[in-house]
Amino acid sequence: MAEVTTYNEEVLIEEHGYDDHFHDHHHGDKYQSNFITHYIFSMDHKVIAKQFLITGIFWGIIGAAMSIVFRLQLGFPEENMAWIKPILGKWIVVNQDGIGTLAPDFYYALVTMHGTILVFFVLTAGLSGTFSNLLIPLQIGARDMASPLLNMMSYWFFFLSGSLMFASLFLSTGPFSGGWTAYPPLSVLPAASSGSGAGMTLWATSLIFFVVSVLLGGINYITTVLNLRTKGMTMWRLPLTIWAFFITAIIGLLSFPVLISALLLTVFDRELGTSFFLSDIYIGGEALDRVGGSPILFQHLFWFLGHPEVYIIILPAMGLVSEVLSVHARKPIFGYKAMVYSILAIAFLSFIVWAHHMFMSGVNPFIANFFVIFTLIIAVPSAVKVFNWIATLYGGNIRFNSASLYSIGFVSMFISGGLTGIFLGNSAIDIQMHDTYFVVAHFHIVMGIAAFFGMFAGIYHWFPKMFGRFMNETLGRLHFWGTIISAYMIFWPMHYMGMAGVPRRYYSFEAFDAFSHFDEMNKFITVFAIISFAFQILFVINFFYSIWKGKVVTTKNPWGANTLEWTTPINAGHGNWPGRIPSVNRWAYDYGKDGVEFTPQIVPLKEGEVDGH
Amino acid sequence: MREERLEKVITPDFGRNKIPAKKFALYVSFASVVMLFSGLTSAFIVRQAAGNWLEFPLPSLFYTSTIIIVASSITLQASFYSFKKGMKIPYQALLVITLFLGLTFTVMQYQAWLEMTAMGVHLTGNPSGSFVYVISGIHAAHVLGGIGAILVAIGHAFILPFFRNPKRKLRFEMTLIYWHFVGFLWIYLLVFFILQQS
Ligand code: HEM
Ligand SMILES: [Cu+2]
Repeated sequence: MAEVTTYNEEVLIEEHGYDDHFHDHHHGDKYQSNFITHYIFSMDHKVIAKQFLITGIFWGIIGAAMSIVFRLQLGFPEENMAWIKPILGKWIVVNQDGIGTLAPDFYYALVTMHGTILVFFVLTAGLSGTFSNLLIPLQIGARDMASPLLNMMSYWFFFLSGSLMFASLFLSTGPFSGGWTAYPPLSVLPAASSGSGAGMTLWATSLIFFVVSVLLGGINYITTVLNLRTKGMTMWRLPLTIWAFFITAIIGLLSFPVLISALLLTVFDRELGTSFFLSDIYIGGEALDRVGGSPILFQHLFWFLGHPEVYIIILPAMGLVSEVLSVHARKPIFGYKAMVYSILAIAFLSFIVWAHHMFMSGVNPFIANFFVIFTLIIAVPSAVKVFNWIATLYGGNIRFNSASLYSIGFVSMFISGGLTGIFLGNSAIDIQMHDTYFVVAHFHIVMGIAAFFGMFAGIYHWFPKMFGRFMNETLGRLHFWGTIISAYMIFWPMHYMGMAGVPRRYYSFEAFDAFSHFDEMNKFITVFAIISFAFQILFVINFFYSIWKGKVVTTKNPWGANTLEWTTPINAGHGNWPGRIPSVNRWAYDYGKDGVEFTPQIVPLKEGEVDGH
Repeated sequence: MREERLEKVITPDFGRNKIPAKKFALYVSFASVVMLFSGLTSAFIVRQAAGNWLEFPLPSLFYTSTIIIVASSITLQASFYSFKKGMKIPYQALLVITLFLGLTFTVMQYQAWLEMTAMGVHLTGNPSGSFVYVISGIHAAHVLGGIGAILVAIGHAFILPFFRNPKRKLRFEMTLIYWHFVGFLWIYLLVFFILQQS
């Protein structure tokens, strides 16, 4: 065994750090002792991160539970569902024989809410909100965000948005049910479906507040990364996590406002009688006099956000995975600069591929070609990243723990789902695949599961920093294996169903003989969905149990990582470092350099030593 | 206390970026407003290309209101100049004039809508008209935000004792920048509307 490498962070910071006179005023800290300002209206980015995380977990449970209900309908349409009547109330219709069935309207509402909640509340706010908040100030060596106030507001707008969406679940007409993409006319005409009335009003309002939250957060992240990096922290010394969060924030800042445009026009169509998105509509056999608009226009606006949004979800996960893999493989990340350039390329390309969601909406096939080409080009930077992750693992001295397992799982998922993206990106193949379970399989694997894996990797890895305790490792590994196996069992079969043409978002396939041989497969999928849900409960238990009862962290840097967050006290207060701010002397990935296991960023370069890449 | 102290420590930076963090954040936020209007104006173009598009002359008040908003930018800039030079009375007076011009602009936009209605171009008619109402309306909402900021600035000018420090200068400057921004935005939108009329 090689000798154990240790550093005395305090001494290093004292000797080389930057004195911003923070400690000069150390007295009378009334604010911190107050429960309300500390835990609720906190401006400390670390607390706000936990608020995002716990709110995200709350929504994750709700969203996942919804999927179980509609999976029951798909897998076991004949079974009696009367037992969930106490929770779902009138949405379970019980006949004279006491057999309960799920109301079709509510099936659509569930699918819609599931998509909305997971995409926006869990994988955008829960993922980006948590880790951008936690890690940006800590890893760049800042006391907090550029504007702690805006940061706090960002969380509370998210909370408000979530509350409205939550309230919509209890409407007598049900929540919005026209799909997470909210295409008109279902989203515009209250008469179109039961969820299109008050449900859609709340949905649209909720999402507008959500965008406000994302923008406030994003403005802060960008400003903080550009303005508040500590001494020596050049852009090329930033850990890949920060690069990912930074670029994600830029994408969000440029794409979410376009969703606002789409939503505002929708609201005007609904409330003021304009016809931006309506034309030639018959409702209940009657022709409406609302003409002149175009529903395709909405699709363009929506997907101009929608496609970048999927990268808003996946880039932070990629950043977390890059960091976790490197730390636990005890090797520098392979191709650091190539990683950064790939993030930039993906970000750029993500803005010019949106119409690949509209190949079947009647866009001109010549224009579609343009989008086919750029869509396929995105595979290149994506492949570069995959190659680099694998190369980082190759020959590494890998520590297999929950965090690194999830990172490896991420790579597996991203490959599986990325490959099917290439099928879909060809407009000719998409004729068959569009709106089938093939698409469902594609995006759940590449975005849903992969982003969740990135998030789990992040949670297991940074839990000690967040709560000063470890999560239970055995439960963590169990959680990993249970989740990855059931995830593949759920989504792999869906590819076959999709290729056979089984359409997504159908309440029942009873009327289609052609699909009856998938009945067993649907049962199989539902069973694994339930198993996977059970494993997530295990995670939630582990999470909350460990907050109070987990193994206590006794050293500042339990993973032997190089980045700055591990130089703060174990339970750092607001301001992060009690004395000076650390200064940075090298890139973040000196693992195994010159035979030393790891060399934190605060360690000065030796005589003649060249910094990194 | 600690929060305030942090505020002090966070704001002075290490000269990474020549622009103070708050001002920089303001510029960053403009990017999102620009994208909002790009979304709307692109929708305008795409929809127009699809045909069935009603042509109508822009309300003449749009031109007058443009003059007003440009004038208000000039008066606010002059007020800022007076503030920097320590001239209290012009500083206060010009702020009030700016507020007045800003309100006039908003009212004129509304009058312009009435002019459109009188022309027979209604909000709920052909989207060519609806777009003009909606885009100018969303712009007016941004102007109202600016008027709010100017009201705060007036509060500072009349209630706080007159003195100049970097914090107050920065605050004022941010109001000024925002106000110029919404002014430019309107000019862009007007030029856009004019160009789209064939
Ligand atoms: C390798 C690169 C990728 C390609 C070529 C690709 C291509 C496509 C195409 C063409 C579609 C439309 C299918 C249809 O509706 O008929 C699609 C759907 C989708 N993709 Fe991808 N994709 C890629 C990677 C990703 C990634 C990385 C994510 C997310 C992190 C993602 C998330 C989604 C989502 C959410 C949908 C479905 C949206 C919906 O209709 O509800 N894709 N993809
Ligand atoms: Cu896409």
